[in-house]
Amino acid sequence: MAIKLPIYMDYHATTPADPRVVEAMLPYFSEHFGNAASRNHPFGWEAEEAVEKARKQVADLIGANPKEIIFTSGATESDNLAIKGVAEMYREKGNHIITAVTEHKAIIDTCKRLEKDGYHVTYLPVQKDGRISLDDLKAAITDKTILISIMAANNEIGVIQPIVEIGTIAKEKGILFHTDAVQMVGKVPFNVNDLKVDMASISAHKMYGPKGVGALYVRRRNPRVLLSAQIDGGGHERGMRSGTLNVTGIVGFGKAAEICKAEMATESKRLSDLRDYLNQKLHNQLDELYINGSMEHRLPHNLNISFAYVEGESLLMGINDVAVSSGSACTSASLEPSYVLKALGAGDDLAHSSIRFGLGRWSTKEEVDYVADKLTSVVTKLRDMSPLYELAKEGVDLSTMVWQTDSH
Amino acid sequence: MIDHYENPRNVGSMPKDDVNVGTGLVGAPECGDVMKLQVKVNPATGIIDDAKFKTFGCGSAIASSSLATEWLKGKTVDQALAIKNTDIVAELSLPPVKIHCSVLAEDAIKAAITDYKKKQAETTSAVKETRATV
Repeated sequence: MAIKLPIYMDYHATTPADPRVVEAMLPYFSEHFGNAASRNHPFGWEAEEAVEKARKQVADLIGANPKEIIFTSGATESDNLAIKGVAEMYREKGNHIITAVTEHKAIIDTCKRLEKDGYHVTYLPVQKDGRISLDDLKAAITDKTILISIMAANNEIGVIQPIVEIGTIAKEKGILFHTDAVQMVGKVPFNVNDLKVDMASISAHKMYGPKGVGALYVRRRNPRVLLSAQIDGGGHERGMRSGTLNVTGIVGFGKAAEICKAEMATESKRLSDLRDYLNQKLHNQLDELYINGSMEHRLPHNLNISFAYVEGESLLMGINDVAVSSGSACTSASLEPSYVLKALGAGDDLAHSSIRFGLGRWSTKEEVDYVADKLTSVVTKLRDMSPLYELAKEGVDLSTMVWQTDSH
Repeated sequence: MIDHYENPRNVGSMPKDDVNVGTGLVGAPECGDVMKLQVKVNPATGIIDDAKFKTFGCGSAIASSSLATEWLKGKTVDQALAIKNTDIVAELSLPPVKIHCSVLAEDAIKAAITDYKKKQAETTSAVKETRATV
């Protein structure tokens, strides 16, 4: 089978909407266009019915009650609502929040904002495998701690955190537990009760649904979580999130959740096999590869590898018909290499050399073969022109070398 | 820029210990850029006969060093020192975020020439010392 270029292998960034999702959405643009909050005519009833169906589909995917699903504009909003909403609501109880250094910016920056408002935030470090230490977590808890927010799976390295263990600790201490579950939900089993999660952020476009819609799961029982609304208005979504519902997007989100639930077992197996094949093939063809983060506790469709002695952006230029991401400084707006990879303690040079592969529903073996072969030739070429590779081959220990960096 | 990245000129290495070869190694791996630039000077004419580079860095860093080696060939040592990073920026149309790549290339040229001059001075004084002892 001929492959179509460019190849998309960046499914952690976003996913295309499944055609079945698009089909479900279409009637809700101009045929069933009603406002779900219009209670007095059939247009509104139709829209409300569609929203409630979707709410159940999303709830079923994560083992929640539909009433516990608050629709938002996406996971960034969900993260903001969870953290700021809890911080404001439980201010009397305490002002301490625990999170981790490898969290998504939607969490980190929200916490930084709260610090300016007088809250205290502990950013737990991660171990070499990308997971937090439960002892660190226990040690960080104080009688002022009101919230623990630790992501379910990381967006760069795909590492899955010990969620149920964190949930158990939080429950014992009577602290609320929020998790940014964007990368995990829909890909592998995620049940809010089994995992003892009080709040979870989800995004539709990471699971083959449309962009611009997400949800926050908010537990109603044991404990009942209360949130201060961050957007005021008509009191939609049980008063937690005002604003006319994005009915079309929500319908698509629901359909995407239903498909993920039905196909999860076969899809995750297929993708983990494909990912392992990619990893094996690269290792067979190249030396000095370093996998970033735990392979054991990892999403099935993620691979994050550092190609030592080769800079990430030049690598991406060489494989310009393949869409992947790099932790290199040059590919980000900040000119800083990935803070997630830095947190693993691998050294900035390996962060600069990293590539994130995100496989997904339409990834094929042929694509993986193409990407692995192309990478092999580009890495070989770039290593031939890398002074670091030359020095390493001469036996120079790069970590002890003194570099002339006065120009930076 | 793309052309210099895809078809880099003068990739390679020359013997570091050759008195007529100057080597400049600038940048640091944790900054994401390391350039090694070498010049070989003809002792009779003082003109740079050959220039080679190896670069760890983004496409612009590779292109900047490739272009630098092209320009160095046929220049005298002093002419080489006159190459400015702004010339490289203009030739490759580098965007503002990539200007540091051209600065690094200028640094690499200066470091290579400095190394060459240092070696020459050492050789000359070594020769003088040898004569003195004789």
